[in-house]
Amino acid sequence: MFTLYDCDRGDKVQVVKLHTAAELKQRLISFGIMKESLIEVLGYAPRKKTMEVRVGKMNLALRDEEAKLIEVQKYEH
Amino acid sequence: MNTSDVKVCPIIANHIKVALVGQPNVGKSMLINSVSNAHLHVGNFSGVTVDKTEVLFDYKEYHFTVVDLPGTYAFTDYTIEERVTHEYLCAEEYDIIINVVDSTNLEKNLQLTAELLTMSKKVVIALNMSDEAQKEGIEIDAEYMSELLGVSCIKVSAATKLGIEDLIDEVIKQHTNTEYKPKLVFSEPVEEEIARIVWYLDKHRFKSTNSYRNIAINLLKGNKKTYAKLHDEPIWTELQPILIEASKHIELHHNSDDIKEAFAEEYASFNRGIVAEVMEQTSHHQEKKTLTEKIDSILIHPLFGIPIFLFFMWSLFQLTFTLGAVPMEYIDMFFSWLGNTVGLTIQNEDIRSLIVDGIISGVGAVVLFVPNIIILFIGIALLESTGYMSRVAFLLDGFFHKFGLHGQSFIPLVTGFGCSIPAYMSARILKNDRDRLLTLFIIGFMSCGARLPVYVLFAGAFFPTDMAGSVLFIIYIFGAIMGLIAAKVLKLTAFKGVDEPFVMEMPKYRLPSAKLIWHTVFTKTMMYLKKAGTFIAGAAVLVWFLSNYPHHEALEKEYNTKIESVQTQEKKQFLENKKEEMLLEQSYLGQIGKLSEPLFEPLGFDWKMSVALQAGLAAKEVVVSTLGVLYSMGSGVDEQNSSLVDAIRKNIPLPSAIAFIVVIMIYLPCLAASIVFTREAGHIKYFFYLLGFTSVVAYVMAFLAYNITQMIL
Repeated sequence: MFTLYDCDRGDKVQVVKLHTAAELKQRLISFGIMKESLIEVLGYAPRKKTMEVRVGKMNLALRDEEAKLIEVQKYEH
Repeated sequence: MNTSDVKVCPIIANHIKVALVGQPNVGKSMLINSVSNAHLHVGNFSGVTVDKTEVLFDYKEYHFTVVDLPGTYAFTDYTIEERVTHEYLCAEEYDIIINVVDSTNLEKNLQLTAELLTMSKKVVIALNMSDEAQKEGIEIDAEYMSELLGVSCIKVSAATKLGIEDLIDEVIKQHTNTEYKPKLVFSEPVEEEIARIVWYLDKHRFKSTNSYRNIAINLLKGNKKTYAKLHDEPIWTELQPILIEASKHIELHHNSDDIKEAFAEEYASFNRGIVAEVMEQTSHHQEKKTLTEKIDSILIHPLFGIPIFLFFMWSLFQLTFTLGAVPMEYIDMFFSWLGNTVGLTIQNEDIRSLIVDGIISGVGAVVLFVPNIIILFIGIALLESTGYMSRVAFLLDGFFHKFGLHGQSFIPLVTGFGCSIPAYMSARILKNDRDRLLTLFIIGFMSCGARLPVYVLFAGAFFPTDMAGSVLFIIYIFGAIMGLIAAKVLKLTAFKGVDEPFVMEMPKYRLPSAKLIWHTVFTKTMMYLKKAGTFIAGAAVLVWFLSNYPHHEALEKEYNTKIESVQTQEKKQFLENKKEEMLLEQSYLGQIGKLSEPLFEPLGFDWKMSVALQAGLAAKEVVVSTLGVLYSMGSGVDEQNSSLVDAIRKNIPLPSAIAFIVVIMIYLPCLAASIVFTREAGHIKYFFYLLGFTSVVAYVMAFLAYNITQMIL
């Protein structure tokens, strides 16, 4: 499974599925991360423990654990 | 349906109560400020508070009450803000909702709007930051949007006060509007199911304040409150199978087993449609790096990010102590002058002692720290309002997470080095209850400013001057490390459970507004003065009473005659001190000390040290003055007093001293802080947990420290 965690700085991807528990899923959805939404990876903290991504016009921080649960695919225009 | 209710039950004819709702960082506070220039009654302005703010003002024959609800992304009840807002909207009395949205980020903001449209109250949408949107080349057709949503949308800008009057006029208009009908359109399968439920409710002429359509939507998306309401109705038995079928149908359509996810996707595609219709991006300067991204490339740099943050923190502390020391001197002088002046006017010795030694010196000790606290608060308010705090949480989360803490725990922990009280209060930034409780429990391990005098005293007594500074540093670091270990232990035992996710918005950098910072700092400082002042004053009176009563007149007379009989000043002073000591031993405080001596014996403490520790429960500053009194110095000592240092070196063996320091580092914070802790934790039981936890850890660690140093020596 190709997840958000596997992406590099500058990658643009599209969400395929959220493999998270219901509570975290709600949380992600309320931030705009859901099926088909586009995510751009902006950068990460030391040792990729935390990632910064852009969803829509908002910048979000995520832990590695959460990023590993978000299945994505490369997005091409 | 709802309008007929309003007619039957008019509230007060000319009064409109507005609930202000929006996602975080959409400029709600700023809007409320520009809506009501005059007659402002603002309760709280801080970003870390989850309290509702009420603003009252008059406009065109109407009394307005605007309730500013905490910013919330959605009604998932995940954070305290979400819970407070959701509870309010569902249960409280109000007339109309103003939904504030950020025009530059319309699609995401409409996600909350969609949820608001299914509630029974009318909604007016304020398209805020429309000036910023224009600058970014975003054009929104508000009229067309109103038509599509069936809800008035008004362009406003809180910053330039554009459209504020239009907004309020629209609220008045909508208040009396009987035709209000929001349009929220779903995909075909969902619409089919809604129609089926509406038809069913209609058939049974179900009585409700909300529209059938909204009830159907709420049932389908699994709204607990709607379920609870319908569950006791006779129609429920027939409704339930319909709902089960409907859920299956919708879930199948969305290829998901989570109905909430399905509805979020429904809302999202509806919003995408709306945005595509009403919004036009005239110019594209998206590709250019924004200022925020430029700043971020430095401040959250993988290598330099943490050193830069440490430098900021170091500067803040440096400022706190150097700049804070200047007014501290004057405050100290003021209180000793006040004590002397007031003391001269009071004849009765007991009352004078109570007021001067008890109240004035006790309150003075608290007021003394106000400059430090103001500086620290300004620093923290700056961190918060500029958006830098989220970046630090981002940088530190990896490290903190290892110890079971959350990235955002760092602010309360760092604040704890200044004073535990604001630290407990700032723990509110942690959204999750378990994370917040865990942080609250270990804040005490960060040695607060009031413990510094004790450390200075003991380090000076047992170590040469050039080493004392390093010893101090070690004490602080050791405390912090123990705090992290304690966090890990607590996480593995008491606060066991699934790790809370770390998903956090990184807001745009904003220039801090001086007005907002002033409000935050002012209200927090007043709160500190009020809370800490009253409790400290009370505690000071208690310690004063316990150490002065019962009076032992015979003993006093005996020493007084002795003092008169000796000639030299030195001997007089010696006997004076001896008298104080004997009197203290007879006092209630002395009796308590004697009583608790066996408990502290394994740690190598004598009764005097035990008493000093117990006095420290009121305030850590009291430890030094109590030790001073008990070791025959008279009460006017401070940590610079070299004779107290001598007395401690002579009377206390090194192992006992180290054990004593360890207890001071770990045991229960002062009374005022404990009360704030209890309030922030939310239940008295947490205070007893804290008491038990810190006492056990302090005792065990001190016992180990005492015995290990004894073995080494």
